[in-house]
Amino acid sequence: MIVYYLCLVMFMLGIYCLIAKKNIVRKIIGIVIIEYATNLFLVFIGYKHNGIAPIITPEMQDNIPAFAAQSVDPLPQALVLTSIVIGLGTLCLMVALAIRLNEKYRTFDTTEISSLKG
Amino acid sequence: MMVETLCLVFLIFAIVGSLIAVETKNLLSAVISAGVVGYGLSIMFLYLGAPDIAITQVVVEVLALVVLIRGTIAVDNISIGGPRDTLPLFVALVFFGVFVVLGVIALGDMTGFGNPMMKVSEHYLLNSVKETGSSNVVMGILLDYRAYDTLGEATVLLTSILGAFVILRRQGKKEIAEKDYEHVGILEDE
Repeated sequence: MIVYYLCLVMFMLGIYCLIAKKNIVRKIIGIVIIEYATNLFLVFIGYKHNGIAPIITPEMQDNIPAFAAQSVDPLPQALVLTSIVIGLGTLCLMVALAIRLNEKYRTFDTTEISSLKG
Repeated sequence: MMVETLCLVFLIFAIVGSLIAVETKNLLSAVISAGVVGYGLSIMFLYLGAPDIAITQVVVEVLALVVLIRGTIAVDNISIGGPRDTLPLFVALVFFGVFVVLGVIALGDMTGFGNPMMKVSEHYLLNSVKETGSSNVVMGILLDYRAYDTLGEATVLLTSILGAFVILRRQGKKEIAEKDYEHVGILEDE
């Protein structure tokens, strides 16, 4: 059970980084850490004691119920796979915005980026 | 038990990595520390019986590191000094309190580590070979049972990459067409 709470700790580190830091790249890193913590938590939920990966090998082909009793939960894994790839896409978009802001204002400091004109 | 201990070790490793990523002065080391966290995660996924996710995580991690370093490498003054504001810190603390209380309540209702509630997955595990023909159940779910979800994922990916492409484009179309050098803000300092 303690691994769940450690995931909470990691998530809160990300939230702290997102709220309290002024550097834009630092905020992006905060979002990335939040993503990691959430994905890890979902995979932890699906783990079964002494579980095997949900891949059916030829020798298990005849005894599917025994395989189903032994395998870890495949559903969170499938959804986390989607989430990881989407995380990469949003990361690209965020970094592109940060590069553009840096070209215009010559800084990553959010307190200096104040004017919205143009 | 063995897996839980291993996960504990790697999770502490990941938390230390993210702590360094949050607090270090140099931006480049922060980015690299975030990458370290990702690799720790991928090792944990291997032990948790999720080889597909571990492979994807490594690939995505490499790409994310390249993208983030491209974001930081062009900057001259990387570290931002100055006094830190107290209001965001206060907001973060309040959020911590709320989140810890809600999280502990929610985690108290869950089945413990190692005993998943498998109701829908039971069906997938029993019937995936018969219904989808895929011996990898994760891929059977991803590409057959929940194929619309994957289609949506591809759409999100395409949209975000298009957005990044448009944002990073060097010059607007208007300038080529009209040679009209009005100050468009972004192009001002070029």
